[in-house]
Amino acid sequence: MWEYTDKVKEHFLNPRNVGELKDANAVGETGSLSCGDALKLFLKVNENERIIEASFMTFGCASAVASSSALTEIIKGMTLSEAEKITNDDIADFLGGLPKEKMHCSVMGQAALKKAIADYRGIQILEKPGEIVCECFEVTDLEIIDAVKKNNLETTEDVTNYLKAGGGCGNCLERIEEIIESVKVN
Amino acid sequence: MKIIYADNNATTKVADEVIKQMLPYFGEYYGNPSSMHTFGGNVDKKIVQARQGVADLINADPGEIVFTSCGTESDNSAVYAALAANPEKKHIITSNVEHPAINNLCKHLVKTKGYEVTFVPVDKKGMLDMDILYNAMSDNTALITLMWANNETGVIFPIEEIGKKANEKGILFHTDAVQAAGKVPIDVKAAGVDMLSMSGHKIHAPKGIGILYIKNNLKFSPFLIGGHQEKGRRGGTENTVSIIGLGKACEMAKEHLNEMDTRVRNMRDYLENQLLEKIPACSVNGDKDLRLPNTLSIGFDAVEGESILLLLDQEGICASSGSACTSGSLDPSHVLMAMEVPLKSAHGSIRFSLSFYNTQEEMDIIIKTMVSVIQRLRDMSPFWKDGKMV
Ligand SMILES: Cc1ncc(COP(=O)(O)O)c(C=O)c1O
Repeated sequence: MWEYTDKVKEHFLNPRNVGELKDANAVGETGSLSCGDALKLFLKVNENERIIEASFMTFGCASAVASSSALTEIIKGMTLSEAEKITNDDIADFLGGLPKEKMHCSVMGQAALKKAIADYRGIQILEKPGEIVCECFEVTDLEIIDAVKKNNLETTEDVTNYLKAGGGCGNCLERIEEIIESVKVN
Repeated sequence: MKIIYADNNATTKVADEVIKQMLPYFGEYYGNPSSMHTFGGNVDKKIVQARQGVADLINADPGEIVFTSCGTESDNSAVYAALAANPEKKHIITSNVEHPAINNLCKHLVKTKGYEVTFVPVDKKGMLDMDILYNAMSDNTALITLMWANNETGVIFPIEEIGKKANEKGILFHTDAVQAAGKVPIDVKAAGVDMLSMSGHKIHAPKGIGILYIKNNLKFSPFLIGGHQEKGRRGGTENTVSIIGLGKACEMAKEHLNEMDTRVRNMRDYLENQLLEKIPACSVNGDKDLRLPNTLSIGFDAVEGESILLLLDQEGICASSGSACTSGSLDPSHVLMAMEVPLKSAHGSIRFSLSFYNTQEEMDIIIKTMVSVIQRLRDMSPFWKDGKMV
């Protein structure tokens, strides 16, 4: 059974702001077919750096769609500097919480937003810094360290829930374990 | 809302006739079949009758039938019994598309008991690589355990052929027939199997009752050691109510085999053909010919399975997905991965599994609903544009 809040279900069944925004001046894409979910975020930003329109196209499970829908609702009307502060927790909170296994859906929202803002500012997000730990989902050690610190993650399962890292072939689970340990020690 | 239940490989409705048989034994007739008194003995008579019903479904002798608590217990008992019968042999052959009841057990035996397991791969149609299978058989092989039919795709393995080879080589052969029972004819004698598992809840009996067929004269060590029940092959006071129900369910399954092969197969084929015709970019997972008559696993490009299921759920349609998102793991099911189903459709794979309770009208509703559900999800998918995958 789906342990989704009513708000997640409602946003999945009646997603807001679906579709391509024809006159978008900022686009952020994240995820891929092989990952099992992907989000393309479209923003229309005015001369005062305010987001006046936002829309999305998402491939993924119900919580991925709901997270995308929530994200567009949250950021509409915000300035870019306000939007920059949005985290995956804000998205999850907006929806009344997400099942632990689905936290990566909100992380995807945050990542797409970051990319869209960078796109608007003409900043190339270069190759991800750090070293790839999870080959399946292309997650780096720095990303894992960051997520472990910010969310007080304790187990490899937590890391998988947030970043997907380790959720594919599982070859990197030991390495993730080491990273968690090293964060704890520091 | 009216429920359309198309998830019969997950579990089935307990047949009204089965419930009717069971009810008195919940209440009035609570005797222990092992008791000396007539009150208990009368329950034993019903169990004898049930055992006969089970035996008749698979062409076994009633003495070869052992009742267990579920399909999983049957699978575990069979594997452990085979290993105990051949303590010096340290090798097991299975496939990489088995149900977790076998797959995880085999992995556990590798990890904790030092067994070597050959997981025979399947091809893109879900069919076993017979060369690898035959080449893996050796003097060190204690057991070959292969499913008769796959729960996700319905693909049927050539059990008789494998049985012959296993018998020639003197290797014990177990088959998990949990999904095959009641859907295709099973003849344990012709199949050359030493042990065979079945589960009540897949054939319109209750959950929590299973069957292990153990060939006459096979050396068998019980998994549950206890009383003399089941001729010492499985301790524990019998689940009398469920056994009586299961006996009836097996009788019914036998009567329905022909309908499975005709009416149910036709419904499944209709569903399949209509979906393929009306929805672009979708494909059937698994061999279309060597397949259970009730099962359809079908993948839709550019959409994700859980979303499909939730939208079907809104319309009261019960199906299941081979997609990860429902199970907690992130990759598509191990069965679809083993078949190398392309990720673009593996994530959007849905399994419909029918029973003789389904109707043609229900197929039409499923088809209509699927057309709109897939359209709706593709309209919001970044990988779908102008009627095709991008
Ligand atoms: C092929 C197969 N084997 C074993 C089982 C396990 O049966 P049970 O649920 O009775 O333990 C199932 C059912 O899920 C199955 O499909």
